[in-house]
Amino acid sequence: MLDETLLKGEERAMLALRSLYRSYGYRPFRMSRFEEYEFYMRNKDYLESGRIITFTDTDGKLMALKPDVTLSIIKNGEDEPGCRQKVYYDESVFRVPAGGQQFREIRQAGLECIGDIRLYDVYEVLLLAAESLGALSDRFVLDLSHLGILSALLEETGQDEAFQRKAALCFAEKNAHDLRDLCLSRGVDPAVTERLCRCAALCGPLPETVRELEGLCPAAAAESLEELRTLSRLLGETPWGERISLDFSVVNNMGYYSGIVFSGFLEGIVDTVLSGGRYDRLMHKLGRKSGAIGFAVYLDLLRTLRSEASDPDADVLLLVPGDADPERVARAVGKLTAAGRSVSVQERIPAAGSFGECIRLEEAETC
Amino acid sequence: MLNVALPKGRLGNQVYDLLEKAGCECPGIREESRRLLFDSADGSIRCFWVKPSDVSVYVERGAADLGVCGKDILAENSPRIYELLDLGVGKCRMAAAAPKGFRDPADRPLRVGTSFPNIVREHYAAQGRDIDVIHLHGSVELAPLLGLSDVIVDIVETGSTLRANGLEVIDEILPISARLIANRASYQFKLKEIRDLTERLKAQVEKA
Repeated sequence: MLDETLLKGEERAMLALRSLYRSYGYRPFRMSRFEEYEFYMRNKDYLESGRIITFTDTDGKLMALKPDVTLSIIKNGEDEPGCRQKVYYDESVFRVPAGGQQFREIRQAGLECIGDIRLYDVYEVLLLAAESLGALSDRFVLDLSHLGILSALLEETGQDEAFQRKAALCFAEKNAHDLRDLCLSRGVDPAVTERLCRCAALCGPLPETVRELEGLCPAAAAESLEELRTLSRLLGETPWGERISLDFSVVNNMGYYSGIVFSGFLEGIVDTVLSGGRYDRLMHKLGRKSGAIGFAVYLDLLRTLRSEASDPDADVLLLVPGDADPERVARAVGKLTAAGRSVSVQERIPAAGSFGECIRLEEAETC
Repeated sequence: MLNVALPKGRLGNQVYDLLEKAGCECPGIREESRRLLFDSADGSIRCFWVKPSDVSVYVERGAADLGVCGKDILAENSPRIYELLDLGVGKCRMAAAAPKGFRDPADRPLRVGTSFPNIVREHYAAQGRDIDVIHLHGSVELAPLLGLSDVIVDIVETGSTLRANGLEVIDEILPISARLIANRASYQFKLKEIRDLTERLKAQVEKA
């Protein structure tokens, strides 16, 4: 029988996530660690960092160590009207993390739902995102936003793409003051500016914040708002309803994402643990007709939640003389392990060791 | 409790004045001592001084929930943080300056001396101007005087250093002031405390 306490934090998490994703009909997706470099070059803007580890294969082809999973899943699927391709994965990717200076191997789990995406599918993926966070910690927050609404708000300003890019950055930073200055400098209508700035600062429990948004949303975003209302109702009926917030700082890459986008946080971890959204635009850029929604969980961040470095090396340090009878030692160790205790046999106390208690062979034989 | 990283120096003192007026007094923080951490009497905040350029690092990495940082540092380093409030202190501007009578050598890349290479690259890329960035760590005004660069991009407060060296502002790039920043995860889990402190500081900024 598998002793789950021996698994690393991310391995335990993956076991829980695998079982969760399977229960909603998601199948495992396995892939090679390599992909042709040219494939990523064509879709470089989608990647968080354009830097990729490359090598030349034996046939002279320039290959890349995978910096991303989603692109490969999209590439390997086919459109099938009325159906959804539902896959989950647990893979290492190799990239320079945001704000980092060096390449890192990043362990990432996640799922993708690709096909004719309906509102139920969006709900199911959001529910699985919340359940994934819930499987990792009792204390989590899932923030969601709707890029359909953000796009409509930005379009309402009547400004060009450069303005919209800067304004979206202000949203991502919750920076209403610079957003106001930007609007002022471009002569944006004061009422539109006010709505934009209020939305940039919006953050709170889903039902209340959606109600607040109703008075700020442009008519062009009516369909997106209705989608949010329905999701708010459905998610409110799950055990995770109170942990889901509406927050317009979740922006992602607007060139690839559309519709619902979301980010998850766990208390004690200083970065986003889960990130996802609807990426129909990316699908279309890659020549696919279907829609898609998915998310990734960054499992290596869980190491900062609980470090195994503070655990003792063993429950018992059993000190035995160098010339001790091996049969006596084996019997003593057998007795302790049968009682469910871990044992490290040493002749003296190791300088860098950490043990629950230290006992001598004679004591072990009599206890 | 909220951990707040403050920038050492004149700007930090101005910011602490605002905090104090907002009801967040941390006894002992103004005294010369070897202490590094200063708690408010009610235990709601803990302040500490760090090098100004390190504030965003403390906040981005979650060692501080909140911090106060110049817009120049934020624009240069693009940390993944929330920028919650313009505190309206430490006002100055990022500008390009050149020797008086300067004419842009349009037939070759413009040599730009600066401590802010990312801001410079972005600024000139938006203009489509080819440049050669010369990254300097201080005494930037010296570069055009010795022919190291054609122009400089640096922080200008009163302009007196520029004038004393025969330089003048040729292009305004970015208005700068101190900003209240927050760690993104802290904002999720300490929302009430962070919003409360932000509102109190906002009231002080508006009063000033």
